[in-house]
Amino acid sequence: MAWARKILRVNLTKGTVASEPLRMDWAAQYLGSRGLASKYLAEEIDPKVDPLSSENKIIWATGPLTGTVASTGGRYVVVTKGPLTGAIACSNSGGYWGAELKMAGWDMVIFEGKSPKPVYLVIEDEKAELRDAAHLWGKTVWETEAAIKTSHQDPLVRISSIGGAGENQVLFAAVVNDLHRAAGRSGVGAVMGSKNLKAIAVRGTKGVGNLHNPKEFMRVTTEKKKILAENAVTGQGLPTYGTQVLMNVINEMGSLPTRNHRDVAFEGARDISAEAMAEPRKTDGKPHLVTNQACFGCTIACGRISKIDETHFTVQNRPQYWGASGGMEYEAAWALGAANGVRDLEALQFANLICNEHGMDPISFGATIGAVMELYDMGVLTKEQLGIDAKFGSAEALCHFAEITAKGEGFGKEIGQGSKRLCAKYGHPELSMSVKGQEFPAYDSRGIQGMGLTYATSNRGACHLRSYTVASEVLGIPVKTDPLTADGKPELVMAFQDATASFDSAGLCIFTSFAWSLTDIQPQIAAACGDEFTMDKLNEIGERIWNMERDFNNKAGFTSKDDTLPPRLLKEAAKEGPAKGLVNKLPEMLPKYYEIRGWDADGKLKADTRKRLGL
Amino acid sequence: MLKSLQINPDKCTGCLQCEMACAYENYGVFATAKSRIKVFDFHHTGRKVPYTCTQCDEAWCLHACPVEAITLDKATGAKVVSESTCVGCKVCTIACPFGTINYVADTGKVQKCDLCGGQPACAEACPTQAITYVDANWTGLDRMRAWAEKTGNQTATA
Repeated sequence: MAWARKILRVNLTKGTVASEPLRMDWAAQYLGSRGLASKYLAEEIDPKVDPLSSENKIIWATGPLTGTVASTGGRYVVVTKGPLTGAIACSNSGGYWGAELKMAGWDMVIFEGKSPKPVYLVIEDEKAELRDAAHLWGKTVWETEAAIKTSHQDPLVRISSIGGAGENQVLFAAVVNDLHRAAGRSGVGAVMGSKNLKAIAVRGTKGVGNLHNPKEFMRVTTEKKKILAENAVTGQGLPTYGTQVLMNVINEMGSLPTRNHRDVAFEGARDISAEAMAEPRKTDGKPHLVTNQACFGCTIACGRISKIDETHFTVQNRPQYWGASGGMEYEAAWALGAANGVRDLEALQFANLICNEHGMDPISFGATIGAVMELYDMGVLTKEQLGIDAKFGSAEALCHFAEITAKGEGFGKEIGQGSKRLCAKYGHPELSMSVKGQEFPAYDSRGIQGMGLTYATSNRGACHLRSYTVASEVLGIPVKTDPLTADGKPELVMAFQDATASFDSAGLCIFTSFAWSLTDIQPQIAAACGDEFTMDKLNEIGERIWNMERDFNNKAGFTSKDDTLPPRLLKEAAKEGPAKGLVNKLPEMLPKYYEIRGWDADGKLKADTRKRLGL
Repeated sequence: MLKSLQINPDKCTGCLQCEMACAYENYGVFATAKSRIKVFDFHHTGRKVPYTCTQCDEAWCLHACPVEAITLDKATGAKVVSESTCVGCKVCTIACPFGTINYVADTGKVQKCDLCGGQPACAEACPTQAITYVDANWTGLDRMRAWAEKTGNQTATA
């Protein structure tokens, strides 16, 4: 029935590991991955716990389709209470690690407590044990993967780990697997570090079987792969250009947040775009982009493999950065580039490599540098404090900050607290471009109105992956809506939020939704898990997951006051482009959204909503 | 017409659909660990390279086997392991210069690519045609065509 039906529970305080059966009654209600792991977390921890205390738990989870031939069926999530936000955190990653865990025979691994000393978990099929990680502590993600493969004499082992950022509890530290795939957002890596947990190394040889209807599963997954192959976005745009294909598109819409959202278009957008990545460089005649790469089971293959310019100032005499490695996707290129006004593609890639190597979220890091540069521009922060001239557009400053933040040196310690805490400390909380403490991704909500409501109500703080209304408002998927109006956006956001929760919980990649709707995923889930997973059921599961996450956040202390945007987006109009003169119309959208959600004016679940969804 | 597997690493994205298809065909589960074709990821160059048995005419494994457990499937040209005959001595794994025949601890036998009896699951599963199953006498056809096109166009524009 697609699930392995088994959970590994690791008590880090006691140093014990134990197998337990998966709660199949919960799987029926929450499917897997994001939904199911969030249910476990909500049931097992007090929502008010300090995220970096031993009372918090952290879960690595797969979905029922993870480790199968369903296209993109390789995803896993890391679920915990996030230290950047204090809200429920669920960060999603591709690569190969998730499928390996599933093939070892586990749906998820729950860590509780805190280890007295650095450890890493080794899983070989049904065997699991904690091992001393003294020799790994202080190593980067890249060094950690190499060291484990060497010491285990096993090049096939897959590793999910933290680097220095997680160890130092940088509040936007990521968990990284397969060198450059990351459960990137909300600081899940800091929670891992707080527990003295360095890595999880997995070898899975058992495989995924026991599907409800294997013959139908093979038929329907093959049929649905054809849709991905024939779609212009998933069949051509993403494999050729990656998500970076959006850079010029969003810039032309006047929705590319620039210099900490002071501007809505970036004069250097072309220089950091997908097109620029594919052009031969002047220095060595080679393009920045080497090739594309798929994650496990993915027939889209949007991943970028890039090679930095060896002569660039950041990597001279540093050959460890010269090889091909994980390249920038759109959000990273924006956060490291437009958000700071930096247009040097090679500098952006260097900062991106540092984020991968040390395990940091490039979105929150880059957006925090945007705030630092604005504070510097205002004279609030000085060169003496920062150790460098940090004017907007400085590639030198960006790269310097990346290294000191990852390593926890000097002012890097303050950057590692994220923009909300940093801006508050220096007397300008309004300059943090964040919601619930998590920094915005790459879409200005003055020009794409639905994204304002998306950000304000996202259960993990500002995020584009919880309801990507850009698909509708910009690309016309599944139907085109006007990005400049608030009309119909509450309904649109709610529909996207619920559908996304189901996509995520199946173990598939949300990028399939450029071509697939839930009706394409439903028969794949039904063939794998059981015919009871109808469209009605999946819609209900999505809505249930969203409300459960919300309920957790309410209990953690969040109220309707936290469902807001920084004053810059609500009061300062866009200066140019199609959205010129507009602010985000959140006040128009939010009450209607609460109403259709079945929440009261405080944003809390009404009794009948709770009852209807079984919460 | 005899056919053979043709691998073009330029087109491989590293999705491992081939490995899953192979394992599913032979074991009924999705398990890359059980696959007879492996995709190697050369991270420093960004190259992904699928690799499996090329079905040598004078197959080292076949000649090395002391119990004649490896035989020629005349229809496909594949060298096929008879599980009931194999004694798990592993001499074939030593003899094979390419490493494409391997011991399976679970069964105590060796396994290698058998071309799925003439319908290789890996080639069917590959989304980018990095793995194809083509006329064994014309594995160079695509490359010849590419050069022919180049040459022809040069002549045309000259």
